Amino acid sequence: MALVEETRIEDAAFRMSEATAGDYFALLKPRVMSLVVFTAFVGLVAAPVSINPLIAMIAILAIAIGAGASGALNMWYDADIDAVMTRTASRPVPSGRVSPGEALSFGLVLSALSVMTLGVLVNWLSAALLAFTIFFYAVIYTMWLKRWTPQNIVIGGAAGAFPPVIGWAAVTGSVSLESVILFLIIFLWTPPHFWALALFKAQDYGRAGIPMMPNVAGEASTRRQIFAYALILAPVGVLPWFLGYVSIGYGIVSAILGVGFVWYSWKVLMMPDSDRVMRPAKALFGYSLLYLFAIFAACLADSVVERALAMGGA
Amino acid sequence: MADDKLEMIELTERQKKARRSRSVAIGLALGALVVIFYVATFIKFGHFMPNGPM
Repeated sequence: MALVEETRIEDAAFRMSEATAGDYFALLKPRVMSLVVFTAFVGLVAAPVSINPLIAMIAILAIAIGAGASGALNMWYDADIDAVMTRTASRPVPSGRVSPGEALSFGLVLSALSVMTLGVLVNWLSAALLAFTIFFYAVIYTMWLKRWTPQNIVIGGAAGAFPPVIGWAAVTGSVSLESVILFLIIFLWTPPHFWALALFKAQDYGRAGIPMMPNVAGEASTRRQIFAYALILAPVGVLPWFLGYVSIGYGIVSAILGVGFVWYSWKVLMMPDSDRVMRPAKALFGYSLLYLFAIFAACLADSVVERALAMGGA
Repeated sequence: MADDKLEMIELTERQKKARRSRSVAIGLALGALVVIFYVATFIKFGHFMPNGPM
């Protein structure tokens, strides 16, 4: 009997990986991560106190890695539905470049690392909020809501709305009304943003069996709900100025942006049922990205100017 | 008795390139982590450190 038996390694599980570092980076959903970094940064700068800039950079990095980790966990769980949707079929897991087990391990390790780093080096409230956000996105949204209810992105949108609250908590060690309003802006922005996408990608979602609003309640109902959310979002966007947290400059910019959002949503509401090109829905989707970026940029600019004036006056 | 020659897995060029890319990324990430914790330790606990010889 031989001491070393000959073993044929032909099982797919033992196949040597061809995944590059770029494939693992793609698991972090870099485009979503960039939005998370930006909104968390605004929350961090808008806070009334300041921290060491290097600690602030570490906080942003930890929040970004945590968001990326939740993206990896999402791609691990959703590989089956990603494979049948044109928008997601080329992602690393459905395309076979990264195995589901590798994506899961990657997501779990990065989740633990980002939360522990934020807790040890910044503060434990922001770490707890980051841990909750990862849990909310990976478990509550991805594993439960997404395949179960057309309200999936309404409730699940909370995960994407937490970064400015985490940024604020990283500096102040607390959660206050100002950061809750930043949360609300993203929370109310999420449904019209994703429903605009779901309108012109309804077939994709239908094929994957995801109960998005247009597939469940119909296009007319979705268009009405988009418009209703736009009517709520526009005044909430102006709320930071109304409550006296920011200057009139922000108030004017956010009001114009809000009117634009309502206008684009109105065009979607008026879209005829026979319209299959759905240009108004595509236009609203594009505008919604601009809206979120611009309103947070206005908040950031306001905070920077206020700090500069305070330093000049000191 | 066992054969003198063991059967090894031969990596393809693509697999070797991918492994090198992953190794570099892991190395850079670990290096960044060391720098981050080193710098952050000085920022957070620098004032507890003795200035002169003990």
